[in-house]
Amino acid sequence: MTRSVEALKLTKRFGDFVAVNEIDFHVESGETFSLLGPNGAGKSSTMKMVSTVSPITSGSLRVLNRDPNTDGRAIRQRMGVVPQEDNLDQELTVRENLVIYARYFGLSWADARAKAVELLTFAQLVERGDDRVDSLSGGMKRRLTIARSLVNDPDLVLLDEPTTGLDPQARHLLWERLYRLKEQGVTLLLTTHYMDEAEQLADRLVIMDQGSIVAEGSPTELIAKHVTKEVLELRFPKADDGSRQRPDGLDTYGFHIELLPDRVLVYADDGDAALEKLRIESVHPSGSLVRRSTLEDVFLALTGRTLVE
Amino acid sequence: MLGVGLWHFLENQFVRYRATWTSTIITSILFPIMFLVSIGFGLGTQIDDTSSLGTDDYASFVGPGILAAVALIQAGSLSLWPTLGAIKWEGTYQAALSTPLTAAELATGHILWIGFRVVVGASFYLAVLALFGIVASPLGLLAPLVAGLTGLSIAAPLSAYSATRESDNTFSLINRVGLTPMFLFSGAFFPVAQLPDSVEWVSKVIPVSHGVELSRNLVNGTISAGPAALNVGVLVLWAGLGWAMAIRTFEARLSA
Repeated sequence: MTRSVEALKLTKRFGDFVAVNEIDFHVESGETFSLLGPNGAGKSSTMKMVSTVSPITSGSLRVLNRDPNTDGRAIRQRMGVVPQEDNLDQELTVRENLVIYARYFGLSWADARAKAVELLTFAQLVERGDDRVDSLSGGMKRRLTIARSLVNDPDLVLLDEPTTGLDPQARHLLWERLYRLKEQGVTLLLTTHYMDEAEQLADRLVIMDQGSIVAEGSPTELIAKHVTKEVLELRFPKADDGSRQRPDGLDTYGFHIELLPDRVLVYADDGDAALEKLRIESVHPSGSLVRRSTLEDVFLALTGRTLVE
Repeated sequence: MLGVGLWHFLENQFVRYRATWTSTIITSILFPIMFLVSIGFGLGTQIDDTSSLGTDDYASFVGPGILAAVALIQAGSLSLWPTLGAIKWEGTYQAALSTPLTAAELATGHILWIGFRVVVGASFYLAVLALFGIVASPLGLLAPLVAGLTGLSIAAPLSAYSATRESDNTFSLINRVGLTPMFLFSGAFFPVAQLPDSVEWVSKVIPVSHGVELSRNLVNGTISAGPAALNVGVLVLWAGLGWAMAIRTFEARLSA
């Protein structure tokens, strides 16, 4: 299998600040690979280097078997980029945005127009084709931005936090479109700070924190390796002084425990059995919930912090 | 460094212009005509002694001068806010850099497009001058190109500067203490030789006064090779230096 992206000791510094610190990862062609991490983890800086916009500070980076420092133009010709913030041309119509972008990639006018029609269908914006961009909703603008990234039939599509700021319905519609691309064999590299997004879409992912990679694998591998199958969430009532009335010694019952401001997480392969055991030990929470473990728990276990704060 | 992407960028500007050109043309024609009528024909009637002007009457002096001086104002307004807008507020230039286009092509296209806009406005204005019988020489047909070159000499350095900014808080100041005085002291409204020597040299250095002189000499048919070469040289120098700077500042800004 060929590799779409290969990074070795990839580093990006801005003055004294190390945004990306010697990270190693690779993306196989045809897979969906995700960089998961909180804001400031170095995801966007990594994406800007891969997109050939930002020069690397040190290490090595190959994108589509080329060097981004010297072959930027050739790489971009074969790549689609969906930036974190929509940067559509507000002066143009929905269709013109696609046609003009296709022209930038060297398509003839006829091909560019045909491509725009095809992508309007993909983005479910056929009826809005001749409207100006500023009349679109947030979800529609995102879909148009994704459609725009496909005008050149790219081998690799970079998506930087594609669903941040969208409502749940718009997110699911977008995921469905991305899943369709994935089925067509397009390589996707996406960043997100939503663990459910990474779980839905990614074949493999790396978890980033403060510029470094802290774990790598498939979502199920990471969960199996770093946390238990299930998580028991406990809530305790508030005391008069505003603190939580948590019983002491919760960590002495043989479970890994995380104390969050609003709740306590108990890691156990069988959450119900763990709750039963705690009840016998006279721990009486005001509320409890057993759920399966997620990448959020993996991140918490590895860094002691939550992904979305 | 510059390839077909430059053409694709300009093509995009044409597509955008198609939707708005009528409204921008009206303002860019009305603006110089306002000056022509009020100053050329209004104020001009009060001027009896035209011996220091080097033209038959004041309208022939001020009319072609305004053509180049207005290029300064138009190029200024198309350079400051729109550059920062495309880079910072709308991000359309970042979007273009996710395609085979390069920052150098963007910077070059951005400046050339402003030059083109100035040429279009100046062409309409020249037609108005001709209607008033002010265009004495067929060489006057070249005057819109002089306006365009004057536009480039302003647009290139100002766009280079604008691309380095985080906000527009200095732009109004540049208009008030930079562009407006240059407009007034460009020699469009009175001969710069009348200024005190300590001020006169400033108008020799700034590009717009060279545009004014060149435009006036073309329209009135009073052109001579030496001064014309100097005029073109100064304009090209400003445009060229500004262009080189703009490529650098666009590259630095858009790779951050």
